[in-house]
Amino acid sequence: MTDRLPPKVKPPVFVERQTYRQRRVMDAARMLPILGAFLWLLPLLWFSSGGGPATSRAVLYIFGVWCLLIFGAALLSKGLRDATGTEGSETDLS
Amino acid sequence: MTAMLNTLVAVCLAYVVFLFLVAFFAERAAQRGRTRWLRSPIVYTLSLSIYCTAWTFYGAVGNAARSGLEYLTIYIGPTLVMVGWWWGLRKLVRIGRTQRITSIADLVSARFGKSNLLAVGVTILAVIATTPYIALQLQSVTLSFEVFAQGDMPARTGDQTHTALWLAMGLAIFTVLFGTRNLDANERHHGVVMAIAVEAVVKLTALLAVGAFVVWGVSDGPSAMLAKIDASDLGHWQADGGRWAGLTLLSAAAFLTLPRMFQVLVVENENEGHLRTASWAFPLYLMLMSLFVVPIAVTGLELMPEDANPDTFVLTVPLSEGANGLAILSFLGGFSSATSMVIVAAIALSTMVSNHIVMPIWLRATGAGASFFGDVRNIVLLARRVSIVGIVLLGYLYYRVSGGGAALTSIGLVSFTGIAQVLPVAVGGIFWRGATRTGAFAGLTVGLALWLFTSFLPSVGTGVLLSERIFTEGLFGLGILRPHALFGIEGIDSTLHALLWSLSLSTIAFVGTSLVSFPSPLERLQGAQFVNIYQHTGGPRSWSGGPAQSEDLMIMSQRILGATEAQALFLREARRQGVSGHLPDPSPDFLEILEKELSGSVGAATAHAMVGQITGGMQVSVEDLMAVADETAQMMEYSSQLETKSQELTRTARQLRDANEKLTRLSVQKDAFLSQISHELRTPMTSIRAFSEILRDSEGMLESDKIRYASVIHDEAIRLTRLLDDLLDLSVLENGQVNLNIRQGRLGDVLDRAEAAAAAASDGGARIVIKRRAKDESIVLNTDLDRLTQVFINLIANARKYCDAAAPELEIRVRSNLGGVVLEFVDNGTGIAAESQDLIFEKFARVSDQKAGGAGLGLAICRQIMRRLGGEISYLPGQSGAAFRVELPAELAMAAQ
Repeated sequence: MTDRLPPKVKPPVFVERQTYRQRRVMDAARMLPILGAFLWLLPLLWFSSGGGPATSRAVLYIFGVWCLLIFGAALLSKGLRDATGTEGSETDLS
Repeated sequence: MTAMLNTLVAVCLAYVVFLFLVAFFAERAAQRGRTRWLRSPIVYTLSLSIYCTAWTFYGAVGNAARSGLEYLTIYIGPTLVMVGWWWGLRKLVRIGRTQRITSIADLVSARFGKSNLLAVGVTILAVIATTPYIALQLQSVTLSFEVFAQGDMPARTGDQTHTALWLAMGLAIFTVLFGTRNLDANERHHGVVMAIAVEAVVKLTALLAVGAFVVWGVSDGPSAMLAKIDASDLGHWQADGGRWAGLTLLSAAAFLTLPRMFQVLVVENENEGHLRTASWAFPLYLMLMSLFVVPIAVTGLELMPEDANPDTFVLTVPLSEGANGLAILSFLGGFSSATSMVIVAAIALSTMVSNHIVMPIWLRATGAGASFFGDVRNIVLLARRVSIVGIVLLGYLYYRVSGGGAALTSIGLVSFTGIAQVLPVAVGGIFWRGATRTGAFAGLTVGLALWLFTSFLPSVGTGVLLSERIFTEGLFGLGILRPHALFGIEGIDSTLHALLWSLSLSTIAFVGTSLVSFPSPLERLQGAQFVNIYQHTGGPRSWSGGPAQSEDLMIMSQRILGATEAQALFLREARRQGVSGHLPDPSPDFLEILEKELSGSVGAATAHAMVGQITGGMQVSVEDLMAVADETAQMMEYSSQLETKSQELTRTARQLRDANEKLTRLSVQKDAFLSQISHELRTPMTSIRAFSEILRDSEGMLESDKIRYASVIHDEAIRLTRLLDDLLDLSVLENGQVNLNIRQGRLGDVLDRAEAAAAAASDGGARIVIKRRAKDESIVLNTDLDRLTQVFINLIANARKYCDAAAPELEIRVRSNLGGVVLEFVDNGTGIAAESQDLIFEKFARVSDQKAGGAGLGLAICRQIMRRLGGEISYLPGQSGAAFRVELPAELAMAAQ
């Protein structure tokens, strides 16, 4: 798909790096819920070895994951601030 | 306690008045255009909190007390959806904003070719799933009132229904007032959203306050609390893995598809950027909401008597510790949760009901079209208001009928499972262009049926709607159709069972049917718009697009230009661009050409709008365009049909005229033929009769006279015979019954014989000089020489008979070439008039009446003979006199030997 885009004037290197970074931020935003689902499904393995863990430990783990996700999402939302206006081509580029 | 109850009622009323004021001023501010602070990302995030209803406010603690940490799944699902907003929510919101989607039913309907049937299906599903949920909110508020009332008058059950009724009425009034104030195209309700945001703050504050109270007031801080948790009945986490994963999925699905969530997430969204804030702020809200649930549950279990209802721990724990103010705050939190849910759900459902059920019925019933536009606005508002009242009333009735017995959580899960059936269709519609309306319909039907059978009907109670026997023996006595053990698989948790089967089978039905069915053009257009929403909107507009766009252009063009023309045009352009396949890239050049081509058919403005709609996303509704296209295509087809018909008519008329002319001439000829033949027969007959009478009647006649008269009779009889012979000859030739006597001979000999015969046969006609060139005539023919001689005799005799020159001459030219031999008989007379030239070969056609030498059969016979011989005879116009051309084909003529 890249070859179909109109040829652009070669931008300075740091801009390219910025857009490259931004696309990686989008990738991270896509990965975050997958990571969250994985971490939150992990406790299922605890039961396989018979007898659940202490509730306090489980609560701390689950809320820990929660805090991690919130922190991650907040961080990424800052990075995606500039991207929301120009998603037009974002799906085609990598 | 009575004083306490009175205080509660007073606080409650004051709170309600406060909410009305908030909504009122927010609405006022919005009307004055001061929407900046009304529509901040924080307000948007807080409005999402209607996800946390009274079910989560009271029920979460109850759930935790009963089954440990399982309540967390209800929050984990939405958290994952919000954190993963870049995947799905962003697209959903973009679609909702650009396509002006008004509800989840509208989304499904619009995606699948604006099918109202689908919209009605989703609406009915939503109403069935939401009604128990509204009943649940009424019940929770009633229950909380009851907690406060318990002290002095425990037996007054009548109060409960009164409370619920008053509450239902109040909610209906609020919703009607602020939910249907205006019929905004965007369906946004500033007042309602603001009130909900305030309520969100209240319920969070209330729950946090109660949580802080149990951790730091009742217990001695977090670590002591944790120790207490481990020491309690909930000390060990005992979770069912399937339920944990299944409920997480269920809550995630419900978060996207619940009508009220769709309303605040998509419809009320002012700015896509707000999602960015909500992506972390809403998970934070959910986490805070669930943070103190376990501590409150554990404290409740410890402090309250065994038989206490864990669903009301949030109220009873502060009350039992004497913290009345906190209890009232907690009550307001629960009240806020319940009311905000009912308000938004009623708005969302009423939009669906009025748009997809009431309005279509009303429009059909009254037969009103677009001319009633002014009236429709009021009708829509009225329909909304009636729907709101109806929905709240339905919830109240459900509450009265069900008696409010079931545990709060189970009703909530049943509702979630029901509305989650929309998920496969909605997600499939947004991400998969191949999804079709038939598929969506199949998926929804299967999902609805399975949900009703495995989840909703059993939830009402065994033996109420489904008999006991169906549960044990299955539907129709079939063991594989038991509501809680479909296909004979037993032992699955009933919620999980319903979720698993309904979602999986409806997805299979949806995908399977989509694969084998074919979408209508409108569906394909809408599908392209939904799935490729980022290409159609936002960002710098470049003409770069994929084959998907070209395909849509192709479909559109086919409807207007006709399939063959459009395909040819596209193929030509693709070749020009050097693209393989039939679809050219939608380059500006190509679009310009296409637009010109289309404008020839539908006009420039329409063509521009159409191309712009597909490639650029101009704000013209697709339905309008399709209507225009349909209309134009129909008109064009009609007019081209007319044109073809009229051309056909013209052609037929001309043919008819020609035929008529010929018939008229033939009729004249036939009359002439009849009079001619009677004349021809009559003349000899008359003389035969006359002379035979003389011979009979006259006595004593001279021998010489007798012989003379007898020979006259003989001659006339011969003439008659010849005439009859000619007629017979012609009829034989015409019928093709003649036998040819093929021989070889020189052309010169044939001509010699003909000249001699013509001279012998001439009855005293003028002498005619015949010019021939013997050199040319040394051609050997292989044909019926006698017949050919007959033709030549005729031509020579004719020349002799009709040539009116003073010194008549006949020139016979012979040419031979590869095509055969051509003979031309040209005399030096005046020739034949142009208007008679095509008649002379007809029977009894004689050019001039005065020289009635023959019967006029000669040339007709000649033509028949020449046809038999494979040649042709024709009149040659433009010569010095009458000229005939005889053509003999090559196979008859051999080279000179």
